[in-house]
Amino acid sequence: MQGGLAINLMHFARALRAAGLPVGPGKLLQAVEAVEAVGIGNRADFYWALHAVFVNRRDQREVFDQAFHVFWRNPDILKRMMGMMLPTIRTESPDTQDPLSRRVADALRGTAPEAEGPEKSEIEVDASFTVSAQERLQEKDFEKMSAAEMAEAKRMLARIALPVAEVTTRRHRPDPRGPRVDPRATLRRMLRSGGDLADLARRSRRTRPPPLVVLCDISGSMTRYSRMLLHFMHALSNDRDRVHSFVFGTRLTNITRHLRHKDVDVALDAVSAAVADWSGGTRIGTALHAFNRTWARRVLGQGAVVLLITDGLDRDAGEGLAAEAERLHKSCRRLVWLNPLLRWEGFAPKSSGIRALLPHVDDFRPVHNLNSLAGLADALNRDGPRRAESLRKWLKEAA
Amino acid sequence: MPNTLPASVDDTLDLLRRGNYVADRSLATALYLALKLRRPLFLEGEAGVGKTEIAKVLSATLGRRLLRLQCYEGLDVAAAVYEWNYARQMMEIRLAEASGDRDRDALAADLFSERFLIKRPLLQALEPDLAGPPVLLIDELDRTDEPFEAYLLEILSDFQVSIPEFGTVTAPEPPIVILTSNRTREIHDALKRRCFYHWVDYPNAERERAILAVKAPNADARLAAQVVGVVQSLRGMDLYKAPGVAETLDWAQALVELNQLELEPSVINDTLGTLLKYQDDIARIQGSEAARILAQVKTELAASTAR
Repeated sequence: MQGGLAINLMHFARALRAAGLPVGPGKLLQAVEAVEAVGIGNRADFYWALHAVFVNRRDQREVFDQAFHVFWRNPDILKRMMGMMLPTIRTESPDTQDPLSRRVADALRGTAPEAEGPEKSEIEVDASFTVSAQERLQEKDFEKMSAAEMAEAKRMLARIALPVAEVTTRRHRPDPRGPRVDPRATLRRMLRSGGDLADLARRSRRTRPPPLVVLCDISGSMTRYSRMLLHFMHALSNDRDRVHSFVFGTRLTNITRHLRHKDVDVALDAVSAAVADWSGGTRIGTALHAFNRTWARRVLGQGAVVLLITDGLDRDAGEGLAAEAERLHKSCRRLVWLNPLLRWEGFAPKSSGIRALLPHVDDFRPVHNLNSLAGLADALNRDGPRRAESLRKWLKEAA
Repeated sequence: MPNTLPASVDDTLDLLRRGNYVADRSLATALYLALKLRRPLFLEGEAGVGKTEIAKVLSATLGRRLLRLQCYEGLDVAAAVYEWNYARQMMEIRLAEASGDRDRDALAADLFSERFLIKRPLLQALEPDLAGPPVLLIDELDRTDEPFEAYLLEILSDFQVSIPEFGTVTAPEPPIVILTSNRTREIHDALKRRCFYHWVDYPNAERERAILAVKAPNADARLAAQVVGVVQSLRGMDLYKAPGVAETLDWAQALVELNQLELEPSVINDTLGTLLKYQDDIARIQGSEAARILAQVKTELAASTAR
């Protein structure tokens, strides 16, 4: 392959990496191979060849598409990238469009070869301004918890491991008192004695915790708890595998990947950057609908337990909520509702949102302090009846 | 020669068309790359868009053997790769005993030879075949658990299997591997990295009509157009499960069986079960909504033919 194209491919790969796609050197080599195989005669083939190499999740398609069209628009690629450094071009590429374009544009700017002179530094200053403004806005809520409080919460949350009653899988482990004979192991043992003694090796089913899905309300009425709850979700995500975390206010955001970061501050920063609707209104019905539609079938497989954390105060007055909650309840193993309002002595399940949700949950528990979270651990570890006994009282009151 | 690999994207399109598969160019490109560069092709998409069909068509048009591994939770090496034939091994031990043969080393070496090895699809796929490397379909990978997915990494990157008692089996020529997933869970990036990826979308109206013409040739053209119109507008609606291509074909077949030349609201109501598989969805569409969609589709079709 000509050196020029390979270098352009490299720049393109770096642009994609900067835009957040997992593109390593291996991918770049694949891309070169793929382009060699397809040829560069047909633009569509070229596009789909690179697409097959660089994209491996559906949500990456849009980023790839935008990056591709920005990057390969002009055949004279280096000149175009120089052009991107000039402010006039920058105003032409619309900054006010959706955030993806911005992300891609930023990424492309980052991979541009060394530009000379003051032009570059001017752009760098500009870029840092936009970022810090964003951060200021989105970090506002996180700053509310005092340092002492946070340290305390962190310390205690790190200790909370949430055991969920394990489910049996279809895999086996060696177990001398297991119910099944393991022929492979038995034969190995027999060989040890030249086939004289048949000493049966046994096995039994392995168990493992089911997936855990956390749906957390981060609307205005939950502001006082959301930071602590995010710490809780982070502790869960790092304690076990198969935890999926979502937050919702007026819309639903999947924050699973952000929470996987070991360092809690880095993880929460990533979450705050990803979530657009901090401390706004609540539309539980809409959020559950979005979850049922796009996520339920992907994360509720293999008998997931769902923790729904919300105060049940709904801007839409519970409209459409009952149907969505019913759907959610039917597609998971256990639906546990955690409600911070439950700590008030005189709490009565009177709001329409709460009354719509209550009939469809298996357990209803407070979640206002660390003790209640520890209590949750006990409740989930019990493999009792699906419906919690305490729920009956609330259902009677709500009726 | 029917069973040579395609030499270009257009060849790939032709190949699929010969197998009665109407593909769009993006899919053909991904497939061509996978065939040419001998890397697995990972297909993701909603249920019923024709992911599994691609492997079947490839095997038929290329004249290769199709090995299908249907995944399920708890799928393990014994069911997917190989298993020892314990009964025969036991018998061998008894025979050796009866004949007074006490050469243990020879017996042990013989017990774990190919004679006693039961080969499952993944191991079979690595064996040389006269017609060329087989097509290996690993279907609905999302239904297995993570341990099996991790096991696949070795097979998919090096096309080899290690059997502790036996040694390493390496394919002389890598098989054509198609993996499919319905996304009931996310597949690990490490596995996807070894494959070419393609998201199989619902076809647009034009392509869906072409698919109907190929797969349900005895459906009246007007009926087919209406069927596609209704299905396409259903997909635009907020349904729990939008109908896939497989459902479109089922519906068209059902209507042909019912001797329908044209859609009517009552017929839609009666046959909605072939198209929608959730009671909530059926309840929403049945009745006035179905009539409204049909009326809209009919006006659109009339407008396009008038033009």
